[in-house]
Amino acid sequence: MRGARARLLVAAALVAAALTSASAQSKTVSEETVHEVAGRLRCVVCQNLSVADSPSEMAGQMRAIIRERLAAGESPDEVQRYFVQRYGEWILLSPPRRGFNLLVWLLPLVFVIAGFAVVAILVRQWTRRRRGVAEPVAVDPAMSERIRREVERGS
Amino acid sequence: MKRLWRWLIPLAALPVLVLLAYGFRMSPRDIPSPLLQKPAPSFGLTTLDGAALALAAHRGKVVVLNFWASWCYPGCYEEAPVLEKNWRAYRERGVIVMGVAIQDKREAVEKFVKDFGLTFPNAQDLTGTVSVDYGVYGVPETFFVDRQGRIRVKHVSAVTDELFRDTVERLLAEPEPR
Repeated sequence: MRGARARLLVAAALVAAALTSASAQSKTVSEETVHEVAGRLRCVVCQNLSVADSPSEMAGQMRAIIRERLAAGESPDEVQRYFVQRYGEWILLSPPRRGFNLLVWLLPLVFVIAGFAVVAILVRQWTRRRRGVAEPVAVDPAMSERIRREVERGS
Repeated sequence: MKRLWRWLIPLAALPVLVLLAYGFRMSPRDIPSPLLQKPAPSFGLTTLDGAALALAAHRGKVVVLNFWASWCYPGCYEEAPVLEKNWRAYRERGVIVMGVAIQDKREAVEKFVKDFGLTFPNAQDLTGTVSVDYGVYGVPETFFVDRQGRIRVKHVSAVTDELFRDTVERLLAEPEPR
């Protein structure tokens, strides 16, 4: 009886150990999430390539670090924050929309609006001028009669 | 009205020109490190000789942490003799030089160390964790860590004799941590 209880205790301890190790085990990370985070970061040894797109060794190592951090339970934003802490905002492919950076987001919009405004003004000016040209010219009836006669005579 | 228009377009272009002039005069290589004045990230690596290399073991010393690679020519080749010479000159004065080879092959790293006769500890950062922790984006890059363990200077490109001496002397002149 005593032996059976001991065995039961051992079994329970084993189950508990298995459960805790399972929960402590790292989270499975989808490659999609790794790719998504890597896509936000600039490959530091490339020109205009993201960590997700670069075939360089450094980018590969950075993807491994992203995967590791996600597996350790960090959120994609926390992983991004880690890289920003190390490299500065320079590491982000799209600058955050605040402060001086807003200029980058707003200026193109301002230019597009200004461009439309210039086009609208110019088109209005041009059409107005053409209308002016198209106005019928007052012709002296005597003169037009004389032209008609001379044309008919063929001289 | 017409006169105003004639001036308005060049005037509108002026801020854009100023912005471009400012932007084009800046070097895209000069990226300020957000780690300056911050505690140097700790790390634990194994040197080529198999010894442990950890920043924490050298607290109270001025640490010159150099990231390099055997394929980094000419920068790393220029600074290797400078680092070795100054390491020998300053090692008794509480300075340690550490080399971290990144993105490199073991044999190439060993050959580089042998060719230049480097005697300061050198280790390989095989996973890239240390280089990313320090925000390294190229080689050579050198970090000067003060006696309090804070990163004080980040130098991109080859270290010169003058830069090494000036920076290290300045950091040595500071009081030791209590």
